[in-house]
Amino acid sequence: MEVINITKSYDPDFVAEVEAESEQNVRLCYQCGNCTAGCPYTFAYDIPVSQIMRLVQAGQKEKVLSCRSIWICATCESCTTRCPNDIDVARLMDVLRHMARRYNYNAVPTVRTFVDSFLNSVEKHGRVFEMGLMAAYMTKTGRFWTDTDLSPKVLPKGKLSFKPHRIQGRDEVAKIFERYKEQQR
Amino acid sequence: MSEARTYGYYPGCSGMGTSMEYERSTRAVCEALGIKLVELEDWSCCGSTPAHTVDHVLSAALSGRNLSIAESMGLDTVITPCPSCLTNLKTATHRMENPEFRSKVDKLLDKPAPGGVAVKSVLQVIFEDVGPDAIREKVVRPLDGLALAPYYGCLMNRPPEVMQFDDPENPTSMDEILKALGADVVPYGLKVECCGASHGIAQKDVVTTLSGRLLDLAYAEHAVAMVTACPLCQMNLDLRQGQINSANKTNYKMPIFYYTQLLGIALGLPEKELGFDKLAVNPAPVLKAIQEPSHAAS
Repeated sequence: MEVINITKSYDPDFVAEVEAESEQNVRLCYQCGNCTAGCPYTFAYDIPVSQIMRLVQAGQKEKVLSCRSIWICATCESCTTRCPNDIDVARLMDVLRHMARRYNYNAVPTVRTFVDSFLNSVEKHGRVFEMGLMAAYMTKTGRFWTDTDLSPKVLPKGKLSFKPHRIQGRDEVAKIFERYKEQQR
Repeated sequence: MSEARTYGYYPGCSGMGTSMEYERSTRAVCEALGIKLVELEDWSCCGSTPAHTVDHVLSAALSGRNLSIAESMGLDTVITPCPSCLTNLKTATHRMENPEFRSKVDKLLDKPAPGGVAVKSVLQVIFEDVGPDAIREKVVRPLDGLALAPYYGCLMNRPPEVMQFDDPENPTSMDEILKALGADVVPYGLKVECCGASHGIAQKDVVTTLSGRLLDLAYAEHAVAMVTACPLCQMNLDLRQGQINSANKTNYKMPIFYYTQLLGIALGLPEKELGFDKLAVNPAPVLKAIQEPSHAAS
């Protein structure tokens, strides 16, 4: 069993940062395990969601931000819906992802690259361009075989456009991203 | 149902591509039910899940631009078929009730986001404003004897504080609509369980496991098809059904319909308008079981 010496590794700033950004009181979690019981992703997690809650309480920044679970969580809202203490656990998982990006953790690079490719597409065209998104994702990850088995199923249906659906106001959308990035600097 | 109700309409990006049959059938069904859709002019992407996993203010700003468009067009309610768009638009509205959050969002926008635009799903409007009873009266091609598994996906009704529609654990609005069409709705205990969401591309095993479980239950309950209200759920279950079968050593050929497609067929709309040809798993055997329109049969 792994033992964590809390007196040595407790990071109060981390707890405060998570609480402020998520607007949640993490101390309310009494480890009932309801979130983990309902979480469909536990099988793919390295740390179950209730244990992430406990590690946040214990100020274990490194352990939490370097885990895979925060990238696998798909924000399905089971945990939030079922928490008996009304903690918005899904929002907290979102915030942990935000922080993992900020502090340069990247435990599941494929997920991060997919997210980035998606947003780049929106920034550029104003709407997501599915075909372009896939091409960008495959190029960045080198996973050229991703979903190639689906091509014969999807292409004859005429569902995927080879051209982006550009909107008139794409500059307005690009400006939203621009201002956001300026603030991050 | 005397006069048409008018709503701002936000189709969402997938409606232009992978879920074009949902988009098409939604428009056809709304028209048939007296719901007038006014598409938001030059709407942009809500950012979907990627935006909120990166930053909540950025995500709300992407929704804010679209809410502003609705306001400038004089529309007080925006409706959308897509649960992901729905959750982003609603969560943005909900969080912007906090003035501090709102001011951060406004700093990213050309003009401040409006406060008074309501957001609902198309399902909510069909269920609440038209209702199963009025729908039943309009059915010309009942889905008699079709055993269907209703699958809502995780986002349509959760979390309840934000979504404010139906039950977060056991929603029944789509069940009631399908029953009004004459279908048999099978008990389906995984109505709000996640399908694996957008992990199909980055973490495929997650989708084949979770969506596989959804198909397993639909089969165990003897459903002939599943009925969804979400473009991503539909894509995972339909387009990826072959991947699911290979991963789980199953051999399912379960058609995955949008509820609007079945609503449309029961209302007697032409099958062409409902986009059945866009589905990956062949729906013909199930569609064949639906009788011809009653006026034609008599």
